[in-house]
Amino acid sequence: MERYLLAGSTFCYLLGFAYSLVLLGAGKFRPGRFNLYAIAGGFVLQTAFLYLRGHAVGRCPITNTFEILVFLSWSVAMAYLVVGTTYRISLLGVFTAPLVFGLQLAALLLPSAPAAVRRGPPDGWLELHASTSLVAYGVLALACVAGVMFLVQEKQLKMRVPGSIFHLLPPITTLAVAMRRLLWFGVILLSVGIVAGFFIGTPIGRVKSGASILVWLVYAGVLFLWTRNVLHSHRVAQYCVGAFALALITLPAMYALGGMLAK
Amino acid sequence: MNIFCVGINHRTARVSLRERFAVEQGSLSCLLAELRREAALGEAVVLSTCNRVEIYGLSGDVDAAARVCADVLQRSAGAEAEFYRREQAEGARHLFRVACGLDSMVVGETEILGQVKEAYAAALESGATGAALNRLFQQAFRVAKQVRTETGITRGAVSVGSVAVELAEKIFGDLADCRVLLLGAGKAGARVARSLQSRGVRRLVLSNRTFERAAELARELEGMALHFDQWQSALPDVDIVISSTAARGRLLSAAELSPVMTARADRPLFLVDLAVPRDFDPALNGLDGVFLHDMDSLEAMSQRSVEARGREVERCEELIDAQVEEFLSWARQRPESTKVTVTSVS
Repeated sequence: MERYLLAGSTFCYLLGFAYSLVLLGAGKFRPGRFNLYAIAGGFVLQTAFLYLRGHAVGRCPITNTFEILVFLSWSVAMAYLVVGTTYRISLLGVFTAPLVFGLQLAALLLPSAPAAVRRGPPDGWLELHASTSLVAYGVLALACVAGVMFLVQEKQLKMRVPGSIFHLLPPITTLAVAMRRLLWFGVILLSVGIVAGFFIGTPIGRVKSGASILVWLVYAGVLFLWTRNVLHSHRVAQYCVGAFALALITLPAMYALGGMLAK
Repeated sequence: MNIFCVGINHRTARVSLRERFAVEQGSLSCLLAELRREAALGEAVVLSTCNRVEIYGLSGDVDAAARVCADVLQRSAGAEAEFYRREQAEGARHLFRVACGLDSMVVGETEILGQVKEAYAAALESGATGAALNRLFQQAFRVAKQVRTETGITRGAVSVGSVAVELAEKIFGDLADCRVLLLGAGKAGARVARSLQSRGVRRLVLSNRTFERAAELARELEGMALHFDQWQSALPDVDIVISSTAARGRLLSAAELSPVMTARADRPLFLVDLAVPRDFDPALNGLDGVFLHDMDSLEAMSQRSVEARGREVERCEELIDAQVEEFLSWARQRPESTKVTVTSVS
């Protein structure tokens, strides 16, 4: 049942992505409904999957790489539904869909790993740390998406004759506002995750905590320099993309956390 | 009863003639009453815009009715003109094409839809419409909306002014808070400034080598004049600079603008260079947050939009054909006593 839910949500994301690509290619895309519905449908099925999985393992279902990837993809979809619809940046969906689809597909292609059922009493700090950190990565993934959109639109605006995607992308100032809000949201969640990490009963490995703090420092630094007007939006967009790539490198560390949760 | 349309437009009559035939909003109800009485029209709508004057009517004898309609218009204009006539399915198709902007001077323009709606509302208010024209016009509004959402006929700007506005909106979003600096008192610059004002720009500063000309244009555009030796000091505070001076050399280089951009604290700057030779160093476009477009790029963009709209016409015609068919099918199903004879002529 769980795998069917996951396959269903992956299909929804694929559908949204493929539909948008076909329309974009034909230059007939009108940002809006279909993509939003596809991602919303995928999100609902994913939520059902995570609910069932959480019941099965008796904790937040982030106990192995498979679950972490699904949870991360769920976080990205959630952040899109909040940011994309609130700020009417509909085309964010076109850029979000391949990301969530890719994460889910990677999860589905992984060899089936046994769910780690909780044996001892739950550690609330550990669950708070792991879940907020993953949601933060989801939000920062979306900041990366907004960064890519910013760089694409900026390039279009600097071209002598912009391409057809120019008409579909939002104004760069709107994208800069979205990036700023996502960065704030992501850094706050990451901070909560890191602080919660200090209260976990079982000590976390130095590599993992070092990597998390490094990612936090990069994002917080970018945000600080941006608010002090030292960095221009163009550079911030580049850092959003680069920093998320760095964050992705910390995934193996999260896997170690999954292993720790299983103990 | 047959549906027909009789009129003149920008293809058949010059502006000097069209302006004589133009019908004022206040005289519409009188004209409608006159047309219905003299031409024995069952229903009527008069559409009068700067590019066309058309009468849509319903009559049992189209030949006679169309002739009388033309006579009434010529009498009221005090001039003669060559009128075109579209009957039955072609009449319906003509209205749909007009509402979709396919018959406009600038293909795909959307202003015409509002004008068609106003014309219909005026006729409705005067009690000049009935089941046939109500249905026809409602369907015209539907197909116009469909064409707008399902094709790219309205996409892209087709004049230098509207291209500049489109670019500005893709940089700043809402233009209401944007400040514009206009360098030079040329017509091209003033036109772009007016386009920006029509999209919400409220603050405009003008600078020209001859201060009196800047002041004169500032009065006309409701802006503020600035001495030409001070225009660079305004750069940190403006968002858009339009330049169309006759200067022989560059007015602004990357080295001069770079420190200004630092002071602007991450606010983008849009430079529109309409001058030949160009006023701004092309290298400015390489600076972070600076977007420079010259006359060539604006014209290339507008030309591309015109071509893109042209490619969309065929898809629009397909949607219109489907709506004409739907209207024909509705007309055929009307009870015999109120039957509207609308047969396809193709």
